Amino acid sequence: MADNVTPRVRVPREASAGDVVSIRTLISHPMESGQRRDGDGNVIPRSIINRFTCDFNGENVIDVTMEPSISTNPYFQFSAVVNETGTFNFTWYDDDGSVYEETADITVA
Amino acid sequence: MEMNRRQFVGTGVGAAAAITLLPGMASAALVDDAINAFTGGAEAGSDGITLIAPEIAENGNTVPIEVDAPGAEAIIVLAAGNPNPGVATFNFGPASGAQAASTRIRLAGEQDVIAIARMPDGTFRRAQQEVKVTIGGCGG
Repeated sequence: MADNVTPRVRVPREASAGDVVSIRTLISHPMESGQRRDGDGNVIPRSIINRFTCDFNGENVIDVTMEPSISTNPYFQFSAVVNETGTFNFTWYDDDGSVYEETADITVA
Repeated sequence: MEMNRRQFVGTGVGAAAAITLLPGMASAALVDDAINAFTGGAEAGSDGITLIAPEIAENGNTVPIEVDAPGAEAIIVLAAGNPNPGVATFNFGPASGAQAASTRIRLAGEQDVIAIARMPDGTFRRAQQEVKVTIGGCGG
């Protein structure tokens, strides 16, 4: 079970219709790879976020399948086309079944 | 650090043994399997995809990479020298602004990072870059 999982996103507040906006996300998570051993030499079981998605007004922007080679505190930067005012929905899926969600609004003039 | 010849030779042998005995490094077969699972065995061209990774990464625990394949449906990233070569698969939806993404990855040691893009017409594009790592990731 991962503690203190905090999603953070950065999205522009405003854009013009048809703009391509840059989005940055970071979620604090230990991303235990399943390769490390504890002090007694026992393998620490894998516990990572295995999927990340971003949707804008219900339309998919990016859907990422993640494996243990993704770093601790997974970071993603990507871009989206915005044609209208709306909301970005960000979702992270943890190996342990937890789902972390975050939203960000953007106003399109 | 002062070191006499005997100590130096001993360290060298130890280091060589450690390198040969690194546990769980991916075999080439694992990498090929991962590639075939994505491409279905199709040949991949090299144009139309960009993989940006540092030539030298000081810390293998967090190596910044960037992939860019204009028009691609999906891009898979593999670390050929990790115990599990899979890194991530980026699937781009209709609202994506560019078929590009940046992230940070773990590298267990010096190895090739491979990116393969699947295009809407069913063809594939491949890019590869060798990254030297000063401190390995994966907690090895």
